Amino acid sequence: MFTHGYVRILEVNLEEGKGRVLRREDLLSYLGGSGLAAALFEEYGLPQESPFHPDQPLIFTIGPLNGLYPLMNKAVLGFKTPYNGYYVETHAGGRLGMMMRFADLDALVIRGKASRPSYLVAGSREMSLEDARHLWGLDTSLTARMIRQKEDRHKGKRSILRIGPSGENMVKFAGINVDTFRHFGRLGAGAVMGSKQLKAIMITGDTSFDLEFGPSYQKFYRKLYKELVGSDIMAKYHGLGTTGNVLPLQNNNSLPSKNLQSTSLSGAEGISGEYFADNLLLRQVACAGCPIGCIHIGLLREKFGEEHEYYYRQVSYDHEPVYAMGSMLGISQAKEVIILLDQVEKYGIDVISTGVALAWATEALEKGLVSQEETLVPYKFGSYKEYLEGVRHLSQRTNDFYRLLGEGVSEAASHYGGEDFACVLGQEMAGYATGPVFFVSQAMGFRHSHLDTAGYQFDQKAEEYTPEKALEYMEEEERYRVLLTSMVSCLFARNLYTPEVLEEAWQAVGLDAQVENLDKKAEEIRRHRWKVKFSTGYRPEDTEIPRRFTQVKTLRGYPSQEFINRLIHLYTRSLNDLKES
Amino acid sequence: MAKIMRAVEMEKCIGCYSCMLACARQVHGSLSLERSGIQIFTRGGLTAGFEAVVCLACKPAPCVEACPTEAFQQRKEGGVRYNYESCIRCGACGEACPVDAIIMDREKEEPVVCYHCGHCVPFCPHDCLAMREGAEGKRWEGDES
Repeated sequence: MFTHGYVRILEVNLEEGKGRVLRREDLLSYLGGSGLAAALFEEYGLPQESPFHPDQPLIFTIGPLNGLYPLMNKAVLGFKTPYNGYYVETHAGGRLGMMMRFADLDALVIRGKASRPSYLVAGSREMSLEDARHLWGLDTSLTARMIRQKEDRHKGKRSILRIGPSGENMVKFAGINVDTFRHFGRLGAGAVMGSKQLKAIMITGDTSFDLEFGPSYQKFYRKLYKELVGSDIMAKYHGLGTTGNVLPLQNNNSLPSKNLQSTSLSGAEGISGEYFADNLLLRQVACAGCPIGCIHIGLLREKFGEEHEYYYRQVSYDHEPVYAMGSMLGISQAKEVIILLDQVEKYGIDVISTGVALAWATEALEKGLVSQEETLVPYKFGSYKEYLEGVRHLSQRTNDFYRLLGEGVSEAASHYGGEDFACVLGQEMAGYATGPVFFVSQAMGFRHSHLDTAGYQFDQKAEEYTPEKALEYMEEEERYRVLLTSMVSCLFARNLYTPEVLEEAWQAVGLDAQVENLDKKAEEIRRHRWKVKFSTGYRPEDTEIPRRFTQVKTLRGYPSQEFINRLIHLYTRSLNDLKES
Repeated sequence: MAKIMRAVEMEKCIGCYSCMLACARQVHGSLSLERSGIQIFTRGGLTAGFEAVVCLACKPAPCVEACPTEAFQQRKEGGVRYNYESCIRCGACGEACPVDAIIMDREKEEPVVCYHCGHCVPFCPHDCLAMREGAEGKRWEGDES
C-alpha cells in the first residue's frame, strides 16, 4: 500500500501457476493506476512482440487513494492491444478497485500462457490457478455463477473478471466483464486473456489496514462526503444516468445514427434516459466505495409462451451502449436495445465496437459491397433481430467476413471497400458526433476514448473555437485526467476532485511526504505514458479521419477538413515534442 | 434512552459499502470491510438487491450468555458492550449469534460487532439505516425468569 511507503505487486506466471510478491519503493513516484501501469509495462512488456506473445503482460493497477476516499475506486488495465498493436489502457469500476485494495494488491501482473483453460484466484492470503476447462465456451453470466458457487467464501468481498466466447475466440475487441455490468470493454483485453487461456480472475478483498492519519483525515472525509451526497454535483449520474445525454445530443445534431449517416434519429425519445427511467428502470446500484450509484439496471419482461409464460432480462444501460445498440443501428425501441445489450453482455464483446461494426456491415450490404452470403443475415437499420444474430456471428467468428470484422471495422473495410464510411477514430467511435474536435480527440487520445481529452466538451462549450484553443484545452484536460486515473478516481468525480480538493486529500493521508507537487507529477506521468506508447510503434502523424466524419452535420456544422488537418498537425507536433523531450 | 441502529429500508440500498467503510474508519480506526459491525452483501448477484447483517440488539443477548469471561456485557437497551481487556478471543460470541452478526477479525483476532453508536448512519446515501428507540427498536421485551 502506497501510504506504507511501497507498492505491493503480485506477479503471476500462468505457465508455472506460481506467483511472486514484490515490494517496490522505487515505483512510488509513478503514483498508481495509469502511471504505475505504464512503468510496469516498461519492465514487463515486450514492445516489439505480438500482443498475443505468451509473455506479454496484463497489468492491473490501483492507486494511492483507492479505498481512502469516496469514488476513488477504479482500476486500470495496461496492456498491448491486439486491436492496433500499441500500449493502451482500459479502465473499470465495479468492486475490482476496492477488492484489489483489500487483497493488498497495488498491482497484479499476469504473464505466460496457461497449459489449459484456467482461472486465477488471488487474495491477501491466497493464490491459485484453477482448472477452467468446464467453463470454456460458457457465457460471462454462467461463468461468474459457477465460480461464485465453487469459491463459496468472502461474500460481497470478491470481484470476478471473466471473458465470454468472443474473448476465447480472440475477437480484437473482446472485453473483460467485471463483476456484474462493468467492463474493461475496449481495445480487446478479453482477447489477450483468451490467448492466455485465462477464463477468469477472482480477487478476494479480505484484509484490513490500520488508519494512522489522525483527526484531520476523518474531518476532511466527512466534509468531502457531505459535499458529494448533499449537493447536486453528482445528481445527474444517479438520476437519469448517462442516458440523460441522448435527447440533448439528438437535439443538437450530435447523436450518431445509422452508421453516422445522420446525427439525429427519428423516434430517439424511445431510447432516451427519460423513457428508460419511466418504463424499464429496475434499480440503480453502485460500485463499491461510491455513494452515487450510477449503474442503471433495466428490467424487461418477455412472454415466451401462450399461457402467460414469461421470463425476464436484467442488464445495465448507459449512454454509450444505448447509442451503440440503439441510434447507430437505427433502433428507437428501448426494449430492443435491452435485448441486444443482454446478448452483448453474455458474449463478452465490446458494445461500442460491436454496434459500429454491425452498422458498417449494414451500410456495406445496402451499398452492395458485401452480400448476404457474407453477412449471413439481412441487416437493415432499425430491425433488431438480425443484429441479435450478428452479435453471435461476430463473437464466434462464423465465417471469413466475421473473422475480418472481428479484427476491427477498418480491417474489414480495407478488404471489402467502404473505408469512407468506416466510423473509426483510432477505434470504433463513441457516441458523440459533436464536431471535429471530438473526432480528432478520440482518434488521437491515449486510449482512443472520449474521456482522454474530452474533445466533445470543447465542441459543446468553447466560445473561441479554433484548433489552437482546442489543443490547449485537450492538453490541459489530459494532464488532469491522467492524474485522476493514477489515483485511481472515477472520472465522473472530476467536478468533486478539483486540483485544490485533490491536493487536500493527498495531504490528509500524508502522501505529500512522498510526492509534493501533483501538478508537476501529472505532466511527468503524461509524458512517460506517451513514451511507453511510442515504444510500441505508435505514430500520431498516421492519424486518419474517414470521410464520413466531414459529410455529416454536427453541433459545429459540417466539420471542415482543414480544421481537422490543422488540429491533427498541432497535436502530432505536441506529442512528438514529448517523444523527444 | 439510548437508541438502536436498524437497517430499516434495505430495499433502497445501492450496495456502495459506505456504511461498512464508515464503521471501520470511525469506530475501528481502519481501512477495512471486515472491521465493520454491519456487513452488506447480495443474495444472488447485483440484480437481486442487498441485505444487511447487523446486530439485532437482542435482550437477553445469546452472545453475552456465551461469553465465558464477561467481555460481552448486556446493554440495557439491547445489544452489547465489549471489553477488550477481558476478551480471550475464543470466538464463542460469534458462534452464539443467531444471525452471524459477529465477525472475528483475522488480524487482530477480536470480535467485531455493531455497538449501535450510529456513526455509519449519516454515511448511507439513501437513508437505509436509522437510529430507533423503544418499540420502534422492535426487540423482544419478554422475560424468561
